[in-house]
Amino acid sequence: MIAQKEAPPAGPSGGAPQETFVLNLGPQHPAAHGVLRILMTMDGEWITRAEPVIGYIHRMHEKMGENRTWAKFLPNTSRIDYLSAMHYTHAFVGAVERAAKIEVPARAEYIRVITSELNRIASHMVWWGALLSDLGGLTPFLYAFDDRELILDLFEGICGARLTYCYYRFGGLCNDVDDDFLKGARAFVKHMPPRLKMYRDLVTDNIILRKRLTGIGPISADMCRRYGATGPVIRGAGVAYDVRKVEPYSAYPQFDFKIPVYPECDSMARYLVRMDEMEQSLRIVEQALDSLPAGPVMGKVPRVLKLPPGDYSYAVEAARGRFMVRIVSDGKDIPYRVRLRTPSFSNLSLFEEASRGMILPDALAMLGSLDLVIPDIDR
Amino acid sequence: MSAIVQNLLGPGWPWVRLLLYLAGIGAFVGANAAYLVLAERKIAGRIQRRPGPNEAGFGGWMQPFADVGKLFAKQMMIPPGTDRLLYCLAPLMVMAPPLICLTVIPYGENLVARNVDVGLLLVFSFGSINVMALMLAGWASRNKFAIISSARVVSQNVAYEIPMLLVVITLLMATGTLNLNEIVGQQGGWFWNWNFFRVWVNPLMPVTFVIFFICMLAETNRAPFDMAEAESELVAGAFTEYGGMGFGVFFMAEYANIVVGCSIATVLFFGGWQSPFVVLSGPVFGPLWFMVKLYALVFTVMWVRWTFPRTQFYNLLNLSWKILIPISLFTLLLTGAMMKLPLLLHHLF
Amino acid sequence: MSPTIDQICGRFTELLGQAAAAAPQDGAAPAAGPVRRTDHSQKGCDLDVIVSPLQVAAAAEILDREGFGLDAVTGVDWLAQGEMEVVYDYFHPVAPLRVTIRARVPRAEPELPTISAVFPGANWHERETHDFFGIRFLGHPNLTPLLLPEDADYHPLRKDYKP
Repeated sequence: MIAQKEAPPAGPSGGAPQETFVLNLGPQHPAAHGVLRILMTMDGEWITRAEPVIGYIHRMHEKMGENRTWAKFLPNTSRIDYLSAMHYTHAFVGAVERAAKIEVPARAEYIRVITSELNRIASHMVWWGALLSDLGGLTPFLYAFDDRELILDLFEGICGARLTYCYYRFGGLCNDVDDDFLKGARAFVKHMPPRLKMYRDLVTDNIILRKRLTGIGPISADMCRRYGATGPVIRGAGVAYDVRKVEPYSAYPQFDFKIPVYPECDSMARYLVRMDEMEQSLRIVEQALDSLPAGPVMGKVPRVLKLPPGDYSYAVEAARGRFMVRIVSDGKDIPYRVRLRTPSFSNLSLFEEASRGMILPDALAMLGSLDLVIPDIDR
Repeated sequence: MSAIVQNLLGPGWPWVRLLLYLAGIGAFVGANAAYLVLAERKIAGRIQRRPGPNEAGFGGWMQPFADVGKLFAKQMMIPPGTDRLLYCLAPLMVMAPPLICLTVIPYGENLVARNVDVGLLLVFSFGSINVMALMLAGWASRNKFAIISSARVVSQNVAYEIPMLLVVITLLMATGTLNLNEIVGQQGGWFWNWNFFRVWVNPLMPVTFVIFFICMLAETNRAPFDMAEAESELVAGAFTEYGGMGFGVFFMAEYANIVVGCSIATVLFFGGWQSPFVVLSGPVFGPLWFMVKLYALVFTVMWVRWTFPRTQFYNLLNLSWKILIPISLFTLLLTGAMMKLPLLLHHLF
Repeated sequence: MSPTIDQICGRFTELLGQAAAAAPQDGAAPAAGPVRRTDHSQKGCDLDVIVSPLQVAAAAEILDREGFGLDAVTGVDWLAQGEMEVVYDYFHPVAPLRVTIRARVPRAEPELPTISAVFPGANWHERETHDFFGIRFLGHPNLTPLLLPEDADYHPLRKDYKP
């Protein structure tokens, strides 16, 4: 393990300042997963300062929210974080339902939980493959996409889309699930545990991976709190913060599941949190499938939706952490203000502090362990 | 047969022989570089549960030609501000050493371009030029990623040259010669006479091979030690600014280096052109056995690449300085002790 | 160490010099006054505090001492009232508590102190709010455009913004 170096302002024996250079990582860089740019001031391979520069694919979703009706903004929510589109739609739908006091049938809530958790697994699979390819192991990516494919096929069957689902509607869902989906979901729940075991044997227990992640990129619980980092980042710092437990929503209180927590604060802890989370998600899906109630999947929703004035917020546990939608209504059929609080934004904002004094490959390993989706940061 | 040709040509024979080998080695390297790339992609595909390249002609078999055609068609651009001379020199320097090294490799009992007595020394001395070429490429490119990469390459190669040479010295103590053909000759008969299995010379012989293999991966900059390229960290490392055939040459040299490294491993540890069984040897089967062993090792190199993630740079250096060098020193001492111990006992008693 | 809502309420009434707020009755209009307890299941937050612009840093310090984390900073443009509202959302990593702090600044001169010294995570959120609303956070170390282009001189979420 490498001891972290303090940022050296002056050279040895207080002489001239040590020579540093600026390395522009991105916006097109293989480790940046999209158009993230990091302006690194380097002392050799040591980072003295790393400043993320974001906004390259800023699309101003919040402004789009202000010039269309509530329902018309719904497809946008899938496009913020395209890897956990279900969660994002859930938050917006939840906020509107909360404001308009729409009752959602139990069956719809259960299906929301099933699809959300499957989406979480799919998202974690992408993260896992991408992290490993950041670390130079290209094979796991393909295996991860194999599993993700099964989930995407299931989603395609129920809502027609493979990435930007827009499956949830105010008051329920756009379609009921069919037998194929239920059968497929059950098959997936059976299929996944042996695969996870294989990944553990093949990748997680690999000594090179352990060396790359253990003790690298410490992010303490206090740092998470000050920067608002949530999700697997804060759970990898030993805090069992999960919106599903802290602010229970949808049908989550009905299910028995654990929040995986690792106190080590390093990249490995964040890695293990996500790996364990997939198992827990499978548990939730299984329970929900077993107790799926019958009935309609759509509640009573007024034809023209006008929300009572006021502001309402709704948070969900997305794959990357706490996603919150705050809507402000002035009583019209279009939102007055839509605020999207995205987890990757806060998770990345701590990178500058956390990466100080690290060496480049470690910093990139840490960046991978934060699981960034760039449209989620830029919105 | 060569004797007949030799008589026919008389004094001109050495020159014809040289030209023949030159053409042969050139073709061997070219074919290897082209088809090992394809093999690597096919093997990677197999490991990753996908078909690999299968479009360009006869199930993908024409892919190398398509690749080379594309690389030739691309403009070779020299970025402004680079050191033009060094920038152009680097691809030449990276390709020359493996070509020279291959001249002393015995592919069969009589199939060696130059049966030099210091063959092994020649291979290692030319082999270490490779690092210079990568350093030049990184330095001349005037690119920060490339410079970081060249700094890495130098420290990595320096670190791994040492354990590699230590294990080679261990072997030399057992073989007593630097002539590669003689080394192979000593390993005749059954496969337990191969240096890999000669535990009576040194009980750590298989360990020695593992160290050699690890060092070879590091010296040829192959995953999991591909610090020079490290595409997810340094874009393409020292090759970032190279395009077209400039990049193509680096790519070819990588495979040529693998072939050299695996050939040396075959010669030193697996009995070169010797048959593992007493039967099926001779001038026809010899080169065949050599190729079988060579490509088995090349396959292992690829297998490793597609299985493991990349090591972190400082762990890589730690592995060499803290683990490989002490172990290889120990094997060196052990071999020496085991060779001299009987003598000592004889003197004492 | 997880604070209760009553403790937090107490801290803010101390700060604002107001009598402690009563728990909300179901369905009733929220009690008037700057410190309001809200029903989480209806609003999505537990405590809604209106402070003056100069008190946002003090409010942030209170919440920092109680172990809250910064969720988001954002703005709302109330064009009709000629004011802009800056909304600070906080979550607690252990206790199931969510606190919203609001401060209103005049549209003509939207300025208030930064809280990035208390919560470094506010740095980016404030830059973003500055991008979108043109609200200036005094004492912010680097109030340059974050999501908008670096030469942007427009504020798209202002209600009078014409593209």
